[in-house]
Amino acid sequence: MTSENHNSVQIGDVLPELRLPPVDRTMLALFAGASGDHVPLHIDQDFARKAGMPDVFAHGMLGMAWVGRLITNWAPQRALRSFNVRFMAITHLGNAPVLSGKVVDLIDRDGERCAKLEVQMANQYGQIKILGEAIVALA
Amino acid sequence: MIDTKWIGHRFAPMRWEVEKGRLRFFAKATGETRAEYIDEDAARAAGHPSLLAPPTILFSGPLDHDDVPKLLQLLGISMNNILHGEQGFTYHAPIHAGDVLDFEGEITDITSKKGGALELVTREIRVTNQRGELVATVRNVIAVVNR
Repeated sequence: MTSENHNSVQIGDVLPELRLPPVDRTMLALFAGASGDHVPLHIDQDFARKAGMPDVFAHGMLGMAWVGRLITNWAPQRALRSFNVRFMAITHLGNAPVLSGKVVDLIDRDGERCAKLEVQMANQYGQIKILGEAIVALA
Repeated sequence: MIDTKWIGHRFAPMRWEVEKGRLRFFAKATGETRAEYIDEDAARAAGHPSLLAPPTILFSGPLDHDDVPKLLQLLGISMNNILHGEQGFTYHAPIHAGDVLDFEGEITDITSKKGGALELVTREIRVTNQRGELVATVRNVIAVVNR
């Protein structure tokens, strides 16, 4: 979407899908450092096993950051008014994220014309990991 | 069971400077390669005062102040038993490198589900910048799994 054609946004429009490489330990180590989320469940296999998990797993906020890329690939970030997600399932090592979204409504919000998006992250097997909603201003 | 007396508890304000190096590191860690997030000249050419802060990095401000361990300690919850349930951001003004943000958080809800097997702790955090403008509100739900 660009400022020239935002008037043409319609319910049902699909955001360009984003497919990412499988989650590996390096990604989790980098995200722990960059985000400041040092919870050992995501970076220390020994700790994860003691906590009853088979292995380390992805930070929820890493997935949300990827969903954020999906949205700001479609609309400029300055147009983003809200972004809310629910973490539905754990994203495991080897899961390859598939980010997708669509326009589900056109609304007025505080006098602004906005698109309401449903967004999600699944893995390569179609299992839903994150479900979310974003409001993007069109004017 | 988490004592619901903590609903309404306010946390001490947390100050966080949006740093260029941190934004570049975050971009690298999330696969973000667009210039306005990593190249200050390109960000300025695109009309931004400096690098653009991506939509979810506001989560990191309180993390740098160990907000989660402090919350768990306050409520008597083990780190092993928590999952991130929900996360939300409402944006009111753009955020860029060089901004100095204040985060003011409050516990707004504590609920129990599945006969106490699952408890949900909700926090809402107001984020203001160095000019006193409200730039965002952040909503966070931690799920506590009681085993």
